[in-house]
Amino acid sequence: MDRVPILKIGQTLLVPIQVELEDQSVLQLREDLADEIVATGAKGVIIDISAVEIVDSFIGRTLSTIGSMSRLFDADTVLVGMRPAVAITLVELGLSLEGVRTALNAEQGLRLLGAGS
Amino acid sequence: MDEVPIKASNDVVHVRQKVRVAAAGTGMSLVDQTKIVTAASELARNTLVHGGGGMARVEVVSAGSGRAGVRVAFSDHGPGIADPGLALTDGWTTGNGMGLGLSGARRLVDEFDLATEPGEGTSVVVIKWSR
Repeated sequence: MDRVPILKIGQTLLVPIQVELEDQSVLQLREDLADEIVATGAKGVIIDISAVEIVDSFIGRTLSTIGSMSRLFDADTVLVGMRPAVAITLVELGLSLEGVRTALNAEQGLRLLGAGS
Repeated sequence: MDEVPIKASNDVVHVRQKVRVAAAGTGMSLVDQTKIVTAASELARNTLVHGGGGMARVEVVSAGSGRAGVRVAFSDHGPGIADPGLALTDGWTTGNGMGLGLSGARRLVDEFDLATEPGEGTSVVVIKWSR
């Protein structure tokens, strides 16, 4: 299983997903992020899915729970970089990503969090 | 035709990769490729989680008009689905998900055929055509 890295930049955690997401990887990410938010006191999480080719209901639901979980630790989650084909497919699948906000790219995600300049 | 056994969680990824390669080979649009790969991912997970594992068969098919498509057949020898009509309803779930797997997968493909027999297993065949 490939582990997704978590980078800390100021008060924000940046999560670039560059691996093919298997179920275990995304569950592991949820645990790792919980630990990391608590350890660092981060106020925001940016998950970059620009390299992710598909988001199915399991992956989408887990991203949602990551957002809801982060809220419990007083951190906001922004999902950035969704590919157009992924967005179209998610809508048709009937999946709404509750718990997370979205932005076009990491820069706009940072602005949404109030963390960028 | 490619046969992919579905026995563990990373086999879901193997199915996605086979379907992606087959779909790209038909000249299908990126959106349609993404839809069939996503549907295959949902169905492969169903095969693993609800069917106790099984098999996916991935092949490129062609219609009379020369249109190419991707056909993916999933089969398992699990408990089957007691009420397939109910299982295809949005929001119906056995408790683990949001109930979008089967109904959502059906929306993403052009042809969807579900055959199931309680105690015998389940087979789902889907086709996505290139436009």
